[in-house]
Amino acid sequence: MNGATATADYDDAGLLARLRSNDEAAFDELVDLATPRLLSLARKMMPSEADAEDAVQDAFLNAFKNLPGFDGRSKLTTWLHQITVNACLMKLRSRRRRPETSIDSLLPEYLPDGHQKKPQKRWHEIAEGGIEKAEMCELVRSRISELPEQYRVVLVLRDVEGLDTEETAAVLEVTLDTVRTRLHRARQALKALLDPYFAGDTP
Amino acid sequence: MIQNDYITCRELIGFLADYLEGRLTEEQRHEFDRHLSVCPSCVNYLDAYRKTVALGRLALTPSDSSAQGRAPEGLLQAIKSARRN
Repeated sequence: MNGATATADYDDAGLLARLRSNDEAAFDELVDLATPRLLSLARKMMPSEADAEDAVQDAFLNAFKNLPGFDGRSKLTTWLHQITVNACLMKLRSRRRRPETSIDSLLPEYLPDGHQKKPQKRWHEIAEGGIEKAEMCELVRSRISELPEQYRVVLVLRDVEGLDTEETAAVLEVTLDTVRTRLHRARQALKALLDPYFAGDTP
Repeated sequence: MIQNDYITCRELIGFLADYLEGRLTEEQRHEFDRHLSVCPSCVNYLDAYRKTVALGRLALTPSDSSAQGRAPEGLLQAIKSARRN
């Protein structure tokens, strides 16, 4: 019943008990406690700030509705994290503003003997700090947003949010192999999208 | 496994994520390193792949502590009042 861990920096079990007894203040506490982290997650998955805030709001409303069914085996914040990912996925799926591009054209091509068709040029060293960094981050964010959703989501959860393969598979309800394949393809595709800016003699 | 024969670029790149995560056997890793020792293109690919992962993380991680601090007050209030209604 009680799955709160010793590493929790707040009283997870206590808060859950208060939520279950409809303590008004407990709901407000949970919103204050969890929103910054969930909003940070949603911003990485959604195309705009308004979409991210909508997804977080949807996630909380879902969580409040489903609280009686929450088994308490994971931390409240972990549970909310999963619900937020799902809220983002639902929103993204309901839109489909533009058709998803195939990722295949962004993957390396090989000769019949298995060697690379086009040799990979060396990348510049990544600049640190200053305005250059801000511009670079903006560039990378815009290229990440071009990745098809199913790849972008895995990239965000694994490489940015730091979830491991098992956790990502559980959140997305896919197999471990699917997570590994999508992550690898997402990184390769992003590399291809960034190649023109970082590879060889092109500025 | 096969003496003097190198794995191909396709094989190396296909298992790059496993290589970086340390999921390969010692023998597989040895074959990777042997290929890398003779293939500048794959050395560059590995380097660019690593930098891509680092850039993705850098670009999507908030540079200040705002994400760990307060969320917009309007959002907090909207969530709280939506629950009460």
